[in-house]
Parts: sequence; structure tokens; C-alpha cells
Amino acid sequence: MLLAPVVWILTVIIAYFFAAKVWWFPPPINAHGIAYDEQFARTLWVTGIIFVLAQFALGWVIFRYRNDGKRASYSHGNNRLETVWTSATALLFLGLVLAGTKIWASVHFDAPPADAIPIEVLGKQFAWSFRYPGPDGKFGRTDLKLVNDSGGNPFGLDEKDAASKDDIVSASLKIPAGKPIKLIMHSRDVIHNFFVRELRMKQDIVPGMEIPMSFTADTLGTYEVPCSELCGLGHFQMRTTMQVMSPDDFEKWKIEKAQK
Amino acid sequence: MSAPTHSAHAAPQGFIRKYVFSLDHKVIGIQYYFLGLFSVFIGMALSLLMRFHMVYPEAKVAWFSKLWPTAAAGGMMTPELYLSLMTMHGTIMVFFVLTTVPQSGFGNYFLPIQIGAEDMAFPVLNMMSFWTTFVALVVMVAAFFVEGGAPLAGWTAYPPLSGAGRITGPGEGMGQTLWITSIAIFCGASLMGAINFIATTVDLRCKGMRLMRMPLTCWTWLVTAILALLGFAVLLAAGLLLILDRSVGTSFFIPGGLLISDQIITNHKGGSPLLWQHLFWFFGHPEVYIAILPGMGVTSHLLATFSRKPVFGYKAMVYAILSIGFLGFLVWGHHMFMSGMNPYSAMAFSLLTMCIGVPSAIKTFNWIGTLWGGKIHFDTAMMFSLGFVSLFVTGGISGIFLGQPALDLYFHDTYFVVGHFHMIMGVAAIFGMFAGTFYWFPKMFGKMMNETLGKIHFYGTFIGVYAIFTPMHFVGMAGNPRRYSDFSNIEYLANLMPVHKFMTHAAYFTAAIQILFLINLFWSLWKGKKAPMNPWNSTSLEWTIPSPPPFDNFAGVHPVVNHGPYEFSVPGAAEDYIMQTAPPSQQTTE
Repeated sequence: MLLAPVVWILTVIIAYFFAAKVWWFPPPINAHGIAYDEQFARTLWVTGIIFVLAQFALGWVIFRYRNDGKRASYSHGNNRLETVWTSATALLFLGLVLAGTKIWASVHFDAPPADAIPIEVLGKQFAWSFRYPGPDGKFGRTDLKLVNDSGGNPFGLDEKDAASKDDIVSASLKIPAGKPIKLIMHSRDVIHNFFVRELRMKQDIVPGMEIPMSFTADTLGTYEVPCSELCGLGHFQMRTTMQVMSPDDFEKWKIEKAQK
Repeated sequence: MSAPTHSAHAAPQGFIRKYVFSLDHKVIGIQYYFLGLFSVFIGMALSLLMRFHMVYPEAKVAWFSKLWPTAAAGGMMTPELYLSLMTMHGTIMVFFVLTTVPQSGFGNYFLPIQIGAEDMAFPVLNMMSFWTTFVALVVMVAAFFVEGGAPLAGWTAYPPLSGAGRITGPGEGMGQTLWITSIAIFCGASLMGAINFIATTVDLRCKGMRLMRMPLTCWTWLVTAILALLGFAVLLAAGLLLILDRSVGTSFFIPGGLLISDQIITNHKGGSPLLWQHLFWFFGHPEVYIAILPGMGVTSHLLATFSRKPVFGYKAMVYAILSIGFLGFLVWGHHMFMSGMNPYSAMAFSLLTMCIGVPSAIKTFNWIGTLWGGKIHFDTAMMFSLGFVSLFVTGGISGIFLGQPALDLYFHDTYFVVGHFHMIMGVAAIFGMFAGTFYWFPKMFGKMMNETLGKIHFYGTFIGVYAIFTPMHFVGMAGNPRRYSDFSNIEYLANLMPVHKFMTHAAYFTAAIQILFLINLFWSLWKGKKAPMNPWNSTSLEWTIPSPPPFDNFAGVHPVVNHGPYEFSVPGAAEDYIMQTAPPSQQTTE
């Protein structure tokens, strides 16, 4: 019996924290992020209503049908009710997932525009590296044998290749605002995961595979990139930042970086 | 074979044949139960150490350095020690608790009795299955004591981290090898158990025990056994391939062109890390239903018994169990939305995942329908069943977020996932075990458990688990990644520290409350009030025989079943329940 108010109180507390948004997503910085938040809100409304109703119903039957000496009713069920709640749940759940397909499609099925800026992402235990093609627009040749992390050559750029010579390597991700970006992601040891909260995007980086990810970020700022797939003892330290710059600053940064 | 099988069933003499290498399904059930009880306290202790380290990563504790002279030198836990505690917590809980207790423990003890059989179909296989599980546990725990310690690749052991050997981290040498070996042994044990459960249910039902007259517990044990048979077979194959990759240099899961710890890996080429994930989750998703289905069965059984009402929609419940079992094999890809697999397949997996939410919702509606119009008795067993329903709703609903690939783009690998699966396959399943313990203890040991201690334990645990696992959803929404041993070097994570501290203290509290359960269990074994044959006025067959039952269950009598399993409060009947074995009557509307 006491269980009824306990269930109700827990339900109210949980509902309160969702409504008050005490701990919440950071604001999105791209169109996809805005669409994501809308789909999240839609799902939260539907599931929130089901959650509150189900918990209150549970508390209610506990309270209402406690043993008060009366005989229980004898019923084996009701087929019409079964049909109604089965179809209602199916419609609701499938409707939600279908409403979200556009968001998934925009991330994975829409090819990035031809002028998207290609950036190669390299994950390794336990650091990130990013590579930009130089003025020639081409990524140069690399070789595992030439990799030298402490010497500033995590990609193993081959200096003998002209296309490699002008490639820019950076330990953090710098991108221009409002320009489509195309990441080409590699790992050289175990699985890592590229995640930026404000982009509402995440992607495993799998050794032996080349996985693309494209987006356009609109809001200037510096955002955390925490590795989000268990990669070993330094997993929690495998972090970098993504800095969204004005296109002018980005060009300046590239020139400065190229001169070094 | 015309030789009488009775000779195999004569009551054994001597301690070893009776209690150690016993062929009796009841003894084996109790052995599994205590193996699970031992494991759950190990698993819980590991989780407390993890929660401690997360909020006090720099703390120096003298006895840590005694336990782990290298991994906690000077008393400070290293990140690799944290990860090995995490790996072992997940592994021990999933395999040796959630898989073992509800199915092999209670199922072994009560499936044969509830269907009116003398024993399981293959008693020797049953004994081998238990002792193989025991060996698997010994091998698993041994991983703590080898050089480098226990593995750190998580309970999902994704290669290349788990496959390339010692160079990917401490614990990835001998520790990881023992881990995979133990899992392979465990798979063998589970396959033996699964075959036995299926054969027993199909062949050994007594006269009148039609499939549609089986208690829902038996239905869930049957479907769980089918899932185990198909799932563990695949995990066994995957495990063997991973052992080959590690020990003889095959490349099932490891691609070429790797550079690990400044070493170019030349002996692997052409493997696929995603292949492991497909094989693992082809087992891994059915595994969550292996953990939760028996709990659903116990809950259905107890809600009817203690509200004195037939189960609402018995047939719908059976169909829901069957469809969960079937769909359970078609949704593994929802663990891999972010894995780099073809994004088109995510659409199919998400639609199927939403489909499996439907039978789960049906079950919840039917549970509330069962309680509706009932006459609810609040014994501790019932409290845990009611708690199960609440936790199942809470834990299930967050699955609606995670089942959408679009939303998983953010939630994957955050604490939102940790909160979700702990709620549903962790604590909901454990509530099913507590419910089963309080309900069946009188039958198993002939003693009643203490109700007052039981209620305090229930409320403490119920509020405690909500306090631990609800906030995980919130820090997950704030973007907190899983499997981080330390949050202090990222500003937004450091800001969530107060929430983590709250969860850690809630975990201490909940763990402390479990001492009451241990006291209740052992004190009742020793000094509990003597249990009558049918303390709960239940209808199923185990309540027609003495507590505890004699060696061959029905003392040579073959029971005959005339009624469905949940004939409570039948109008015109003398009592408010009709035993399944009661003479046929006109009153029931089966």
C-alpha cells in the first residue's frame, strides 16, 4: 500500500527533473542539431506521457485494489482491449521511428556538396590528429613506417611526395563556420569514436575502414571532442577540441600553420 | 530403450552424491542459486569500487595497494584497474548472475515440478552443466590474479582492443585469454542446460498439462532456453575465433595496416572488427531477454497469485513471450548504429526494435489488467513483483529513445545507455530474482522468510536503485561518455561531479541494504518459521507437495492436471483458488 505513494513520488521527481532541464544538452550549433532536439522533444513527450500514466496507473491499482476483504473479480482478460492497446502502441512506436528517419538520412545518406572541405581524422591510443590538404587540394602519400608521433608526424607523411609536403597536420580540429565539412576518419590501432555534443553527431572510427562524416557548423566557439568508444586505459584522456572559426580566421590559421 | 529409468532416480546416498555431484534438479537449482548469489556480491563489490574511483580518482586507500600491488601502487587506483573492474563487473553480472539465477537456478528447481515431472530430462547433463559453469567462474575470477590483471576491453570485448594481445593494454595478455576461455566454457554449460530445458518441457509434462495450461514461468523458461541454445552457440563460435586470432595469428577480426604501441602489426591482415560485433550482438541481444524473460514469468505468476485474480490475457502473454523470443534475434543491429555498418541497415533494425517494444508494452498492460479488480496481498514477494513492473516501465521507456538511430547519434556510449540497461536488465531482472526468492524459499527450504526484514529490504532497494540509475539518464543527456575512469580533465564532465557523487552514495546505501537480505536468507534457513505446504494459496503443482519436496518430487504419484494455472476467485468455488490438480469442475472458464 505504501508502495503507491512511493511510486507516485518517484514519478513526480523524475518528471520534474526532465521538465526543469536541470541537466541538459548543450545548445546545438547546426541545423541537424536543431532537428535532433525536435525529435528528442517529440519522443520525450510521447514517452513521458506513457511513463507518467503507467506509473500512476500502477500506483492506483495498488492503492485501489488492496486487500479490503472483498472477493477479487474473475476475469481472464479482454480481447478487444488487447487489440486496442497492441495497435495503439505499434502505431505510436513506429510513428516515432519514422519521424526520425529524415534526421538519420540527412546525416548518412545525403552526399556532402562537392565543395565540402575534406579533413582527415586519425584516432590512435590516446590522441587525435587532423590533416588538411594543402593548396594543391590533395592528401599526399603516407607510410606507416614513417609515423613519428613525437616528431610531429602521426600520419606518416612521406616528405618525398610533393602532395604530402604541403599537408597541414593539427592536434585539434579547426573548421570555418557555415562551410560544409567532410571528415574522413581512420584509426590506426583500436576502435575510437568521434563525438561532438553540440553537433549531435557521433561515429565509431574502425581500424581497416574509412568512414566519412559530413556536417556544417554555424556557431563560433570551441567544443569538446571526447573519445566515445572504449579504446584502452587512456580512453578518458583521449580528447581534443573542435574550434569553429570565421572563414577569414580559418584561412589565416591555415596559412600560419603551413608556414611552420 | 526399455530399461527402467527409475534406477537412475533412486535417492542417492552419501554427502557427495547428494549435495555435490548431485543429479537431483532441485539440488542443482540450489547450487546455481548460490553460485549466482556469490557472483552478485562480487559484481556488486566491483561496482562500488568503480563508483568510488569515479568520484575520488586521486584517493589513496591503503588496502587497495595490498590487493593490487601494481595496479594500485601506493593505494591509488590506475585507469587500467578501473577498466578491469568494469569489465569484470559487467561480465560476472551478465553471465554468472542474470543468466544463471533466473533460468538455471529457479528454472532448474521449479520447471520439472510445475509441469509434473520427476526430474529434468537428462539429469547427468544437468549436473555437468552446473559444474561446467562452476569451472567457467573459477577461470573468470582467475583473470584477476594473472600478470597484467583482468582484461580492460569491457564485457563486449571489441577487437582489435581484445584481439591484438598485450600491446593494447595491461590485462590484454593472459587476463583477456582467460576471459575468453571462461566465456567459451560458459557457452558449453549453457548449451547443455538449454537442451535439457527444452527436452524437459516438450517431453515430461504430466497428464493434462497442455502447453496452454503451463504457468507463465514455464513458458518463459522454455523460450529462454531456445534463445540460449541459438545465442550461446554463436557466441561460442565467435569466442573460438577470437582465441585463434590471439593465439595462432589468424585474422578473423583484425585488419591489416595497424600500428599499436609504436609497433607495426605484420601478422594480421584482412579481418573485420565489425564481424565480431555482429556475432557478439547476435548473441548479446537475445541475452538481455535471457536475463529478463524469466523475471517476466515470475512477475506474471506472482501478480496473479497475490492479487487473487487470473492472469489478464494469458494467451496474449504467451504470444508476447514468443514474439519477444523471435524478434529478439532480429534486432542485434541496434547496438551497432554508430559502428560504421551500412547506415541503411540501421533503418531496418530500428523498425524491428520498435516492434519488439510492442509485446513488452502488452505485458505491462496485462500486468496492470491483472491487478485491476484484484484483492492485493502485500507480501514481500509481491512487493518485488510490483517493483519489477515499475522498473520495467522506467527502463523500457528509455529504450524508445535508444532504438531510434537518429537519437542514438547522441546517446550511444553515454550514461543514458548505462542507466537504461541497468534499469531493465539489471535491477528489473534482479527484482524478479528477489520476488522468486521470497515466493519459493518456503518450498525450497521448508522455512518462511522474515516479512518485516523483507519489506525494509524492498523499500530500501527500490528507492536506492531509482536513486542510482535515474541520474545516469541526466548525465547522459549532458553528454557524459561511458567507461571513463576519471571526469576531472574535461570541464563539462567535471561539472557533473555532484550528480556522480550522489549516485555513488546511493550505491553505497543500496549495497548496505543488501546485508538485510543476506541476514534474512541465512537466518531464515536456520531459524525461520516452518513453512506449510502451500503458504500463499497458490495453484501450481509445486504447492501440492511437501516443503521441501521429497527426492522424486511427487513420491511416485503421477499428478493429473485439470485446470489452467491461474484459477483464482472462481465464482461458486469454495476457496478463492483452484489447484491445477483439483478434480474437474464446471466453474472455471478456461
